[in-house]
Amino acid sequence: MRFLNGSFYFDRRILGAALAFIAVVCGSLASPQAQQPATPTAQSAAPIHTPPYPTVAPPPAQRTGLNIVVLDPSHGGTDPGARGAQGIRESDLVLDLTFQVRRALEAQGFQVLQTRNGNENPSFDDRSTLANAQRGAVFVTLHISSTGLPGTVRVYALPDMPSRASAGGILSWDFAQASYVTLSRKFGDAVQGQLAQRFKGSPNNVQTASVRQLRTTAAPAIAVEISSVSVQDRSDLDKMMPGVGDSIARGLAAFRPSYVLPTEAGVQP
Amino acid sequence: MNGRWRTWLLASLCVVVVIAAIYFPKLKRKVKTSAEITQPSEEQARRELTTATPPNPADPRLKAKMFWASDEDESALSPIAVDLALSPDPVLRAKQVLNTLLAGPVNSDLRTLPPDAALLAFYVLPDGTGIADFSEAFATSTPSGIQSEELAVDSIARTLEANVSQIKRLKILIHGQEVETLAGHLDLTQLFIVNTKAAQPPTLSYGLPLKPASASAASVAPNSSKTAKSKEPKR
Repeated sequence: MRFLNGSFYFDRRILGAALAFIAVVCGSLASPQAQQPATPTAQSAAPIHTPPYPTVAPPPAQRTGLNIVVLDPSHGGTDPGARGAQGIRESDLVLDLTFQVRRALEAQGFQVLQTRNGNENPSFDDRSTLANAQRGAVFVTLHISSTGLPGTVRVYALPDMPSRASAGGILSWDFAQASYVTLSRKFGDAVQGQLAQRFKGSPNNVQTASVRQLRTTAAPAIAVEISSVSVQDRSDLDKMMPGVGDSIARGLAAFRPSYVLPTEAGVQP
Repeated sequence: MNGRWRTWLLASLCVVVVIAAIYFPKLKRKVKTSAEITQPSEEQARRELTTATPPNPADPRLKAKMFWASDEDESALSPIAVDLALSPDPVLRAKQVLNTLLAGPVNSDLRTLPPDAALLAFYVLPDGTGIADFSEAFATSTPSGIQSEELAVDSIARTLEANVSQIKRLKILIHGQEVETLAGHLDLTQLFIVNTKAAQPPTLSYGLPLKPASASAASVAPNSSKTAKSKEPKR
């Protein structure tokens, strides 16, 4: 009985090993032919496992540099943001603006992620999370104001923050921006400089304001705000959008060389 | 015997139901009228609390600097001197200047705070943190936008800086509560630095250990990186 039992298990193990061996052989025979038309460069490499969620593959050049731009169309969903006289809603306009900015950035070779693509309203933290999960990213939140001189654009970065943020090498979520404030202002100055040339009446330098969205973002982060929803016609704002996109792309290209990850400077472990 | 007892019970229950049917509407009316009486008195009490403190004739009349929107540039602030009898007490003084700021300038286009907003309370903590509690209208009536919200808060902070030297930092509450943003953009969970020169790290640990602008996080970061690097080879 014991012997029989033992031999039974032995047989099953043999059977399992044989099946596994056959599967491996079949797989190795089938996979090069199946993958050849799809990926001709990866002939001898192991099969590539693709995750079920979309990711941005790091480009080969400048691996530690600035590669990704996270664009944040503000508001959305139940939150329309600023509202103008003719049913103009900030949440709709910034989505159009995002597509224009995206086009200009992609033309410069940047990869772009968006915190929302439709009319939904992720939380401030959710929006920051998308940027914080990337390496080598900058964050731009896009707004249309209710006040100010129509036809001007302002760029905002955070004022100085408490240094508790990086105490003990741990970055506090609530003050995630603390180590990036200087870089954010540099980035903001580069973009504001471009905007000032194109949109007369805009300031020459980045402004500081405690914008909630920027505080929890662990990347160089700016807010860009166009004035304003109080225009007579929506087309006045639509006309500005390609120029704003181009200015952000040019500013970002100018800022790119000065982008050094704080992790490389040893702030984070 | 048993049947008789049951009828008695039913009869008494019926009587109770009838009495209740008569009494309950009366009781309801009573509760309603008493609520009506207390409501106006509560409102009155609140109004008494929020009304501007009457000026004390003994206080010296000073030129208080009010920061309203600038005539030339609506997005900038400019000081306007207003003749006020200011109290030496920082809490009363802050209430006086903020109520004047809320009342707005002669040219109402230049006001920075919504006309329906009210200051509900003002406190000063021993470490120089001022806590201003505004009515909900401050959040709901301020135009949504970074620029407009920043202008509103900045006008409060700069007016306090110019007139109440004891206040170094400012916390803004809406109807007694901490809110995430003023009108969708500006962060109200943080303390605003009012007096940039005098702002010292607070001694109390109820909130954030804010540092003055000169000792920013950015200037601290390189130092910590140096110490981290120098420690590494020793291991």
